[in-house]
Amino acid sequence: MSNYPKPVTATPLHPRRRGIVIGASDGIGAALARRLAREGYTLALLARRKDKLESVCDEINRAAGEGLAHAYIHDVAEYEKVPELLRRIVADLGGLDLVVFVAGVNYPPGGIEKYNFENDRTMIEVNLIGAMAWLTPVAEMFQSARAGQIVGVGSVAGDRGRVGNPGYNTSKAGLATYLEALRNRLTRRGVNVLTVKPGFVETAMIKAAQGPTPFMIPTEKAVDDIWKAMRKRRQMIYTPGIWRWIMLAIQHTPSFIFRRLSF
Amino acid sequence: MEANMSLSLNSFTQLENFGHSLRAPSYLFRPARAEEIYEVFCLAEKTGLTVTARGAGRSYNDAALNGGGIVLDLSAMNQILEWDPASGLVRCEPGATLEQLWQRVEPDGWWPPVVSGTMKTTLGGCLGANIHGKNNFKRGTIGEHVLEFSALLPNGESVTCTPEKNADLFYAMISGLGMLGIFTSVTMQMKRIESGLLEVHAWPAHDLHEHLSLLLDNAPGYDYIVGWMDTMNGGKSLGRGQIHAANYVHANEDPNPQKTMQLSNQVLPPRIFGVFPKSILYLFMKPFANNLGWWAVNIAKYAASLRRHTFRQPHAAFHFLLDYVPNWELSYGRGGLIQYQSFLPRETAEQAWREMLSMSLKRGLPSYLGVTKRHRPDKFLLSHAVDGFSLALDFKVTDGRRAKLSQMLQEFDRIVLQAGGRFYFAKNSETSAESTRAFLGEETISKFKQLKKRCDPNHVLESDLFRRIFE
Repeated sequence: MSNYPKPVTATPLHPRRRGIVIGASDGIGAALARRLAREGYTLALLARRKDKLESVCDEINRAAGEGLAHAYIHDVAEYEKVPELLRRIVADLGGLDLVVFVAGVNYPPGGIEKYNFENDRTMIEVNLIGAMAWLTPVAEMFQSARAGQIVGVGSVAGDRGRVGNPGYNTSKAGLATYLEALRNRLTRRGVNVLTVKPGFVETAMIKAAQGPTPFMIPTEKAVDDIWKAMRKRRQMIYTPGIWRWIMLAIQHTPSFIFRRLSF
Repeated sequence: MEANMSLSLNSFTQLENFGHSLRAPSYLFRPARAEEIYEVFCLAEKTGLTVTARGAGRSYNDAALNGGGIVLDLSAMNQILEWDPASGLVRCEPGATLEQLWQRVEPDGWWPPVVSGTMKTTLGGCLGANIHGKNNFKRGTIGEHVLEFSALLPNGESVTCTPEKNADLFYAMISGLGMLGIFTSVTMQMKRIESGLLEVHAWPAHDLHEHLSLLLDNAPGYDYIVGWMDTMNGGKSLGRGQIHAANYVHANEDPNPQKTMQLSNQVLPPRIFGVFPKSILYLFMKPFANNLGWWAVNIAKYAASLRRHTFRQPHAAFHFLLDYVPNWELSYGRGGLIQYQSFLPRETAEQAWREMLSMSLKRGLPSYLGVTKRHRPDKFLLSHAVDGFSLALDFKVTDGRRAKLSQMLQEFDRIVLQAGGRFYFAKNSETSAESTRAFLGEETISKFKQLKKRCDPNHVLESDLFRRIFE
């Protein structure tokens, strides 16, 4: 009790939206956290890496105001720790309006003839089951409160199984399907579920990409798109938007052609 | 006792304040017996969460909110346990509402000695805020009519308090915002009435000075007095309005007191003009909930109030104005409303309110509704009352107004504090810890905190309000 940070008090004239960003130590997560803080959110930031997470947190508190961001060191693969941590965070924040799941790892096998089950398993455990471990209790809370917003960051890579990285494709496809199912359950309860499918974004993860990276955008642009979609309570977006049309074409490419392609 | 209940995510509920200007989700428990309250205390300690008591949720601020924590909804503990029509003594559970109470005692010729402007409030909430009515200058706050209460403290103790026994707790738990313990039963003395009617006199006040003088001079001669203030018009007529003062009708003045005291005589009419259902009236008020609309409403109301007149009105109709239009607070729209009530000594009230009202008009942030009352001080620890007056102002909240309103209310706080005024924890939603310290004083706060330490050593009881005013 006394050893936990006190929730920031909200008043009618100083309302506070409260959000959790899971995977906030760098990339889209960190940039989105900075943006949300600027937009007036009080934040719980989660990641595995203490140093990086705390530096993001300190930076936000310096720029947007003390006590706006709280750091929680957490590995999303430690599923059993989630319910207790979620309860703690909601009490610390004094409520919950938004949960963003951006945590993700990408371990390409390094060639279209290479396989690595251990890496595939880790990607599923972090990208998909990690998301389910968090979003299941969150969905239950929001459903019961009849309010809230969930943002899940998937990838264009989840739209089709391709030769380059089967494990990553699967994790992101699973995440997209899971988010869709949550959306179908929760929209009728006043909860918005937004699926974000970024293309190539200038982050650390881009190093995993093999070959060309067309339509690459800076992190800021991706965050801007996500924020706008959140405000409009959209269901699904590609960022940048051009990927919507590219993926439409790719999704409709017949298999007899698609299986002969090398991307 | 081992806690055998658990925190279910299904109990996570979005709760609001009465003005719909705040939302906070909490794990909601609805105990039916005092033992269950204790189990919730145990659960809170186990999970490191805090607990807030909630009655009818009629507070304008965050008194019954506990974002991310546990809220104890006491509305199921609403039995009137004993009622003695001979002595007028009533013993109730904390979730019983004033509505239940007056409907029970009135047909026997009694009336609750102090009631709020709405009958939906629970006794537990009324005691926690130590509410007052339109007779505060004469009968004090509701706490002054409590003979005894029992409460369950988070330290596991069950206590019984009277003004003599456990007096420190008696005077601190009443007004204590539910932060020391949870009331489990309350014994109160009702007021004898000889008729179901009040004789009401209405007359206009042409400016602020006259308004306050009328309240001051007439209060001693009446049982109730209340003023409506037109807060949308300034200049010379700043503070103009209408005074309503009422007296109990005595048996010899009422030809048929048996009939006027029947419940059927006390019910607020469900329709306006006999045809228009009141339940949807708030929808039609919505287009008027802006500066222009309320300006017109205030002018029309003032014009109508220029006529001095006297009429008879049932108790319920006189007291429960806030219940006339169900859901009226929804007419303020998405941002909801906040109330700012200041209590000022009679010597400084006029000057301070002149400054505040002029400021609100100049900045284009007028209050849509102003209500004045006459008060006297009381002995309760976190008391809001003064020997003077109160002015309650309603402000509409919108995204564009928040920053400006916030700045203005901070300046209001400064004016009120300089004038030796106080604030009311059931109403004001923006009072800071700093303002609270300034009007309660360090000594009162440390006294309260010592009691808190004794009753609630592990800080189980906490509300958003508590964190706001005592941090």
